[in-house]
Amino acid sequence: MFENLTEGIKNIAKSFRGRGKLKESDAKRGMQDIRRALLEADVNLQVAKNFVSEVEKEAINRKIYESFSPAEMITKIVGEKLIGLLGEMEPLKLSGQPASILLVGLQGSGKTTTAIKLANLLRKQGRKPYLIPADVKRPAAFEQLRDLAKREELPYFEKRLDDEVNLCKQALTQSVIRRYDTLIFDTAGRLHIDREMIDQVKKIKSAVKPSEVLLVADSMTGQDAVNIAGAFDKEIDLTGIILTKMDGDARGGAALSMREVTGKPIKFIGTGEKSSDLELLQPERLATRILGMGDIKTLQEKAEKVIEKEQAEEFQKKIKEAKLDLEDFLNQIKQLKRMGPIEDLVEMLPGGQDLKKLMDEKQLVQTEAIIQSMTPEERRNTKMLNASRKRRIAAGSGTSVQDINQLIKEYNMVKKLMKQMMGRGPSTLPPFFR
Amino acid sequence: MGLTEALTKTRSRFSNRIRNLLGKRDPNLLSEIEALLIQSDIGVFASEQLTNALERSSPSEYYQQLEKELTHLLNLKNEETQDQKPPVVELYVGVNGVGKTTTIGKRGYMLIKGGEKVLFASGDTYRTGALQQLRQWAEEIGADVIESHYGADPASVAYDGVDAALARDVDYLLIDTAGRLHTKRNLMEEMKKIKRVLSNKRQDLPQETILVIDATTGQNALQQAKSFNDAIGLSGVTLAKLDGTAKGGIAIAIVKELGIPVKFLGIGESREDLIPFIADDFIKALFE
Ligand SMILES: Nc1nc2c(ncn2[C@@H]2O[C@H](COP(=O)(O)OP(=O)(O)OP(=O)(O)O)[C@@H](O)[C@H]2O)c(=O)[nH]1
Ligand SMILES: [Mg+2]
Repeated sequence: MFENLTEGIKNIAKSFRGRGKLKESDAKRGMQDIRRALLEADVNLQVAKNFVSEVEKEAINRKIYESFSPAEMITKIVGEKLIGLLGEMEPLKLSGQPASILLVGLQGSGKTTTAIKLANLLRKQGRKPYLIPADVKRPAAFEQLRDLAKREELPYFEKRLDDEVNLCKQALTQSVIRRYDTLIFDTAGRLHIDREMIDQVKKIKSAVKPSEVLLVADSMTGQDAVNIAGAFDKEIDLTGIILTKMDGDARGGAALSMREVTGKPIKFIGTGEKSSDLELLQPERLATRILGMGDIKTLQEKAEKVIEKEQAEEFQKKIKEAKLDLEDFLNQIKQLKRMGPIEDLVEMLPGGQDLKKLMDEKQLVQTEAIIQSMTPEERRNTKMLNASRKRRIAAGSGTSVQDINQLIKEYNMVKKLMKQMMGRGPSTLPPFFR
Repeated sequence: MGLTEALTKTRSRFSNRIRNLLGKRDPNLLSEIEALLIQSDIGVFASEQLTNALERSSPSEYYQQLEKELTHLLNLKNEETQDQKPPVVELYVGVNGVGKTTTIGKRGYMLIKGGEKVLFASGDTYRTGALQQLRQWAEEIGADVIESHYGADPASVAYDGVDAALARDVDYLLIDTAGRLHTKRNLMEEMKKIKRVLSNKRQDLPQETILVIDATTGQNALQQAKSFNDAIGLSGVTLAKLDGTAKGGIAIAIVKELGIPVKFLGIGESREDLIPFIADDFIKALFE
């Protein structure tokens, strides 16, 4: 069992490397691994099956068996295929006077927060958004939207009515009088199998004639994603999907499921609780995430926001001059650990799993002990660590020579990683997709 | 609504398929059973294990065998807490929007119906509308609620909650918390502080720390359970939103991996829609 597809692909690669040539049985086993990785990422079983069989077909068409590096070929095909399926970035379609956006979805999927984020975004683009708190059902739903709107200084429909359809109609009239050009309807969460509630939202739709009908769905959704998205799409004909809570560590395979079953684009992803945490879908990023591959691009952008500029520059200088000694290394790990937000990002790095292990408390104590048992010179230049020095350090720190070798290996890896991250700043895709 | 009834509604499709499968002498029977398990979000790993365990049985025994296996798994020793010293404090935690506040409302109603005196405290001083939401629930079911305000330290709300619970002589104090992703380090620290403040107040508090999980959630729920359990130690899980079409199989994975019992099931948005988890019923409803 492997944690993600990176591992899986490594395994396949190993079986290739051993033979130099891929046997059909190996290919089958490799595909099985990919299927499993997709399932682990919550891609729906049927969707995963179709995906794998298509990859297999393509792999064979491309004569992968003769290729110089079959593992690379497979990974490339898997990546391309997934990116292709996730579709292009698609902007909002805003037509009509006023243009209306209808947000629908299950309970607790993040509609209200998304409504605020959308309004914020549209205002930045020069539009005049108007928020309609159409959730007349959940206790204090109105207060939630109202208080958020006030905080963001966004206009909202203030009237409270018991009937959601009527409320939406009145809000529409109001918006025309007040000359708002974009309406955002935040509807009550509802189950896709709740006949009565689905009929209600259909009525809202025919009353306000939205140019966007967006399903707001939780990125943590499991196998049921196909039923949910399929039902909403069938009932009210969605124009797109917004995937929320992407700042967590869910792999987001539901995106692929929903995309497959509805054929509708994923227009935005929600990446936090703040009103600015809404991003356009970047298919290649989502693909790397579903596959569990490191995504340097996301990391870099986020890291830029978090790390103070000067600190970064100083650090960068050190790395460029290759002066990152073991002591710096230890400090860096400690720092990473302290900077909560960064720690979440670490996992997105290639090799991030290893780095994360280093940040474990016990491991940190051991690392510290080892480094403290070294002479300053040894800390600066690990190459001088021969067997007898290592034995001395092991004895001094109560560890073993293996532990020291492991640490050096990890240190070198982190050094390389940080160089990649800060020094050159690759703006391209991770090597996996190149 | 009884459990079987409530669940059968959503399970019927699943169980019909199992039954249909069992009628056949299909060489792919096992892999089809595995597929059904995977589709219920049990997870590919656990599904494979459960299916592999069937290999030794004959096809006619598959169903019974699976039922036995799951019963064994889900029937954790529920250290029933007979002589808990009042107030019994239950802390509800979970990621955003899973159903914490609603679960507290429903749980409060369950307790009040049983003759208990219930107090709510809202440790969600962050999300707009959260305080009003809990207050409205309290009003609806006739629970007491202590006032807090936005921006207040949730740990001090919990502290005040215990004081009020002692002063007002209530039987149960249910504490709501703000939704938080388990990956947010600072918010998990805040969670630890709430727990610490409670146990400093009295060592046996809180008696229950319940993770609410949305039944629609896939494999990430296991990660949620692990992270919350590591941070604050969980005594149980509540599976909310089982009235949809999701099967909530991830609960099985959680029990299997972490040994944390499922305590309640949420089957709707009304106050009656919370029921105690009973393994046998749950499994029967899964296949019946
Ligand atoms: N259908 C259904 N809906 C539920 C259930 N439990 C909760 N909900 C709904 O899910 C939505 C979110 O519930 P809340 O109780 O506000 O969730 P929460 O975890 O407190 O949310 P935050 O405090 O924002 O993190 C609400 O619309 C609830 O009515 C359930 O068992 N079934
Ligand atoms: Mg809440």
